[in-house]
Amino acid sequence: MRLSIRGVRKAFEATVALSAVDLDLAPGEVHAVLGENGAGKSTLMAILAGAIAPDGGAITLDGAPYAPKTPRQAQDAGVAIVHQELSLCPHLTVEENVLLGREPTRFGLVDVAAGRARVRAALERVGAASVDPRTRAGELPSAAQQLVEIARTLAHEQPRVLILDEPTSSLGGADAERLLSLVRELRDRGVSILYVSHFLEEIERVCDRFTVLRDGATVGAGRIGEVDVDGLVTMMAGRTVERLFERRLEGGRRAPGETLLDVRALSGAPRPDQASFAVRRGEVLGVAGLVGAGRTELLRAIFGLDRVVSGEVRVGAWMGRGPRSPAESLRRDVGLLSEDRKREGLALGRSVSENVTLSKLPAIVRRGDVTRATRTWVERLGIRVADVDAPVSHLSGGNQQKVALARLLHHDVDVLLLDEPTRGIDVRSKAEIYATIDGLAAAGKAIVVVSSWLPELLGLCDRIAVMRRGRLGEARPTESWTEHDLLREALGA
Amino acid sequence: MKALLRRRWIGALLALVVVFVVMLALRPDSFARTTTMVTMARQTVIVGIAAVGMTLVIVLGGIDLSVGSTVAFSSVVAAKLLHGGHGAMAAVSGAIVTAAVIGLLNGALVAHVRLLPFIVTLGTMSIVRGAAKGLADEQKIDAPVRGLDALLAPLPPERAWMLLPPGVWIALAVAAVAAVVLHGTRFGRHVFAIGSNEQTARLCGVGVERTKIAVYAIAGLLAGLAGVMAFSTLTVGDPTTAVGLELDVIAAVVIGGASLAGGEGSIVGAVIGACLMTVVKTGATHVGLPNWVQEIVTGGIILVAAALDRLRHR
Repeated sequence: MRLSIRGVRKAFEATVALSAVDLDLAPGEVHAVLGENGAGKSTLMAILAGAIAPDGGAITLDGAPYAPKTPRQAQDAGVAIVHQELSLCPHLTVEENVLLGREPTRFGLVDVAAGRARVRAALERVGAASVDPRTRAGELPSAAQQLVEIARTLAHEQPRVLILDEPTSSLGGADAERLLSLVRELRDRGVSILYVSHFLEEIERVCDRFTVLRDGATVGAGRIGEVDVDGLVTMMAGRTVERLFERRLEGGRRAPGETLLDVRALSGAPRPDQASFAVRRGEVLGVAGLVGAGRTELLRAIFGLDRVVSGEVRVGAWMGRGPRSPAESLRRDVGLLSEDRKREGLALGRSVSENVTLSKLPAIVRRGDVTRATRTWVERLGIRVADVDAPVSHLSGGNQQKVALARLLHHDVDVLLLDEPTRGIDVRSKAEIYATIDGLAAAGKAIVVVSSWLPELLGLCDRIAVMRRGRLGEARPTESWTEHDLLREALGA
Repeated sequence: MKALLRRRWIGALLALVVVFVVMLALRPDSFARTTTMVTMARQTVIVGIAAVGMTLVIVLGGIDLSVGSTVAFSSVVAAKLLHGGHGAMAAVSGAIVTAAVIGLLNGALVAHVRLLPFIVTLGTMSIVRGAAKGLADEQKIDAPVRGLDALLAPLPPERAWMLLPPGVWIALAVAAVAAVVLHGTRFGRHVFAIGSNEQTARLCGVGVERTKIAVYAIAGLLAGLAGVMAFSTLTVGDPTTAVGLELDVIAAVVIGGASLAGGEGSIVGAVIGACLMTVVKTGATHVGLPNWVQEIVTGGIILVAAALDRLRHR
């Protein structure tokens, strides 16, 4: 085996990302790594690239123990990774990027001629011979940038293992084709390739074998062709459904009222693409899809954070066209809970009370009022904090998320756009947030939930729509969906 | 030609030429004289040398506010050494080494303690200024100049063949070497890479911490050389000289097309920026504009340079 992974584990504080991963990569094969959002693929790749260290388990590379402490050590051992997000230095030229960290020198100066020859050869190998090595990387289209990143891994000694993380997600049809033939060519030269992708059709064409991860563990492996697409989806989808939330047990079905949020053919640049849906009072609508499908962009466009190219948003009687702003949305009682609570959702260094009351402050702030209002929300949402003047950064992830939610409630919005409301938080807080959302629906709010965790959507929502490559499908009643169907729809399988 | 037009300092160069030509037209007899040219060259030396170091720091994505204090401190160190009976070489080396150590300290705090460069150098700016005053007993230090004044003095007739005072030649040599280092060596590429995308640079195996420390040390060293030049013009060690110099230096670098966000900038641009500021100041004096007009014009140039750059990148 070129690369052999046995029982690798990794936890981030309380969250277990990998529990038991096994994977065998043979010399000169293309091996697909499959799994839903959050199955642990990214964590595994980060470990192999030397970016993070595993908590346990064993990895061997060509029989020798492999435990890189830095990305450089991984590279020196012959393991190269091409990240999903482009990671070039935008100000540097293509050749400077390709050679970065390993510039050939002559008498102390960078040997431009030797370097350029090497860069040209590498660009040619990836089928990007037309790219001028002297162009600034930031000026290239993203497809070309992707190829430059691959060229970077090939410009030095040939890697033993090449990790491609969603290599075609930023490429169009012809570019993706070229990349697939490049992958085959590299395999034929003896490079072992770990191929992470959501596009099953692509995987069937280029990969030899596969390993499926689910909830941080290997749940299946085999030869492509032995298992059909449907079988793969079944393996990926069988995630354990934690019984966190017993929805509507007492109240039976929710009883939606009039339409509160009506989105018509909303298009951003480039996502969403002509998205239409409506949510009624007392209703929870779920939006499923893969990471990068455009779900966050949809919520941001509705809220007025991202530029809208065309389409309209109606909230109650008000109709918004053209440029809108978050301030305008909040005046119309539309609130957004960001997926990135550390960078966007909260002012981490400021107190709980400041965060809760930030969006709705009177001109003259009376401390007593702020404290009293915050205490009310702390109590109602069960936020575990002794002092409402303590910085939010002192709270656990789950309690931070409740503070972010409390801001929307304090603002008393009617339409709640919730982006990954339970990402990275503990089980107990999850259950409490589900109960809060359920309570809000019962109180007549209209709620849109974007989530990558399908059981959550199935448990929480009245209707679910699937987004795929910027396009939003029809919202159908939750009863008519299974996890398997949702995943199939999201993957386009 | 097209490649030349894409240079970020091309605007500053055009402005320099325009201001220069306007001055020549307005004051052909006083401005166009050789002595005026040489005076302007001398005046540009201190800011110019410091701007070379600042360019490295800004391309790296940092900032160095301690430059002015370091210039004063090293001028005091040079004066002290001369006063104590040491020779010119000892005084110059002492001043430069001390300044390099200050730079090293800045670099270590930025790279290893991970403090923001602005905060680090704001702190050392005050510390070094205070130390300079303490070392000099809060007064100017008179010292035998031992020929150091000749660095920037007008050339005596028998050495007119040198065209420019030796200090100007030293500054030009420093700029030339720095340009080669920044644009032609592996170290220089790494400075750009860190300023452009530090994560990626680290991922590619660049020694980020090492590079940062080296850059701040070089900036300190050059501030020390600028301090020697300051001593040469003042012929005393003055702990209160060069207050606010760092702002002129940063202005020169920014006018020359550097981005305070890092990843962009050039030595040529910084030198052009420093020259432009001198020409504006000298020119304003020659046409009889008061000091306050010069300040407004200089500020305007900085804003126009930054705004043009922003527009070009839309």
